[in-house]
Amino acid sequence: MFKYITRRMFWSIVTLFTILILLFLLLQFLPGTPFNDEKLSETSKALLNAKYGLDQPFFSRFGIYMKNILTEFDFGISLSIQRNWMVKNIVLPRLGISIRIGLQALALGTSMGIVLGVLSASKKNTWVDTLATLIAIIGVSIPSYVFALLLSYVFGFRIPIFSIIFNFNDPIKSSILPTIALSMFVMAQVTRFLRTELIEVLGSDYIRLVEAKGVSKFKVIYRHGLRNALISVITILGPLTVTLLTGSLVVEKVYAVPGIGSLLVNGILTNDYNVIVMIAFVYSALYITMNLFVDILYGIIDPRIRVAKGA
Amino acid sequence: MTELKKDLFKRLEPKEYVTQELISNEDPKFFRDAYRRFKKNKGAHIALFMIIGILSLAAFGPLIGGHVYNEVTTQHINLPPRVPFIENLGILNGMRDNVNIYLQKGFNDVYYWFGADGLGRDLWVRVWMGTRISFLVAFVAVLIDVIIGISYGLVSGYFGGKVDMIMQRFVEIISGIPNLVVVILLVLILKPGLQSIIFALMITGWISMSRVVRSQVLKLKELEFVLAARTLGATSFVIILKEILPNIVGQIIVMTMFSIPSAIFYESFLAFVGLGLQPPLASLGVLISTGYQSLLIYPHMVIFPVTVLSLLMLSFNLVADGLRDAFDPKMKGF
Repeated sequence: MFKYITRRMFWSIVTLFTILILLFLLLQFLPGTPFNDEKLSETSKALLNAKYGLDQPFFSRFGIYMKNILTEFDFGISLSIQRNWMVKNIVLPRLGISIRIGLQALALGTSMGIVLGVLSASKKNTWVDTLATLIAIIGVSIPSYVFALLLSYVFGFRIPIFSIIFNFNDPIKSSILPTIALSMFVMAQVTRFLRTELIEVLGSDYIRLVEAKGVSKFKVIYRHGLRNALISVITILGPLTVTLLTGSLVVEKVYAVPGIGSLLVNGILTNDYNVIVMIAFVYSALYITMNLFVDILYGIIDPRIRVAKGA
Repeated sequence: MTELKKDLFKRLEPKEYVTQELISNEDPKFFRDAYRRFKKNKGAHIALFMIIGILSLAAFGPLIGGHVYNEVTTQHINLPPRVPFIENLGILNGMRDNVNIYLQKGFNDVYYWFGADGLGRDLWVRVWMGTRISFLVAFVAVLIDVIIGISYGLVSGYFGGKVDMIMQRFVEIISGIPNLVVVILLVLILKPGLQSIIFALMITGWISMSRVVRSQVLKLKELEFVLAARTLGATSFVIILKEILPNIVGQIIVMTMFSIPSAIFYESFLAFVGLGLQPPLASLGVLISTGYQSLLIYPHMVIFPVTVLSLLMLSFNLVADGLRDAFDPKMKGF
């Protein structure tokens, strides 16, 4: 187990490092200079260049860039959104709300998905199953920003229960619509995956044995079926994180949520490269951490994985 | 006991030997079976017709409707949708807030089927031109990543050992980076536009295909018929092409169908965050992202592109699901 965890951690760190190198290369490809403010004097330009090592050759620049990131988490200064602010001071305060909405969506989507998945698997080939499958396919197909637009039009404008854009004075209520919009895809994926998995588990021999013993149907599904089916549902948490990250961009834009998704969209629109690079790094780190967490969790729950992957 | 004389045996010419061993590599029954199962799936069948319908509208829609792509008519700004004949049914009749804008402004003979946008351009034409872009992006991106994904998976799975190890470490690192990040960064470097979107989708799209192909190859290459082919002296290239590839056609078709909606989604997503096609070109994503800014006043600018996009994505997913059940009922999790 220990060997498996260290191996997974090693590859996660290699991946993160590769991403840092790619991000650094990206900055080298971009034209122009980051310090093109006319108000900057020659001396302050020289000072800034020296601070970020832009007067150095390529490999030293790379060294300084890495050092700034690894020791101080410093990705440079913002070029347009909040001029001359440290990027980390813009990004980090906005991280909390994004993560909260993401986790809420994950929790809501997973629980609804489990309910729908169990319903459709236990009532296989009835109208309940058809309905759940239909909801799931709609949730998988329709992009989250479409749900966001629809919800904000219906529940923000036509029936004004919630505010259309994020209200700082009421962050809990304002986060309800974004959470629902983001959770649709999670719900749909969990439903689809759990359905196939549960149907397979319920057809296995040990379930037939439990049934033969006269255990009630409810208990068969929840005690014996669902527990085993849920193990494999854990594996889709990684891919789901990607869709949550992608969705956060557009959903935060629609509702003007002050998170890092809307900040990234702003950064793209105003060419604020340092902001883009830092958020890209944060996103990658979140994704890699989630994958690592899922793999370790799965390794603990299911010993077969360790053996197969750890060799 | 009869003597086994030498003249009882004769050496076969290499050509003869191949014809004797020739096995038709495509079992026609396999496709017929799959088609029968696919036909039973009503949802997938309807979806298939929906795709054909949208495809023909994208092809011929811009020719009808009486307006020209990118034609700006300043007097017609923001006109709501109005369709002849249907207007008598109480919908699509040019009304906004219970006022018929067309009659109010004196455009008695003007019809914009999907309404007009903020510059007075016809949305009917723009929506179908945008759908063309979605199809184009989907098919080019999918075509390229099918080619890359299949060859990568075949090579990695078939040769195994060190080759496989190195190729899989590479995949592991690439797939560790969220697609979103790769696509955004690439489009930023290459400047937003059709080519860079396709290139970005091509770079990220092949991973899942290569994984499916690899896992199938790993299974197949241990089977007897591959061993038999190898004993007969077939080269690796021939084994991959003639023995293994025909046996995974089903999975490849299914994976391809699943990657089409994903490509369409990414294109519209990029447009929505401002990295899409540049004006005056329109894709569905571009239409949605410009229309949503005036969603509350002019909902028609969003409703039509959103509906077409959603129907398209839904149909491709339904067909993909149907094909998966038809070709390989055991395949799941995609």
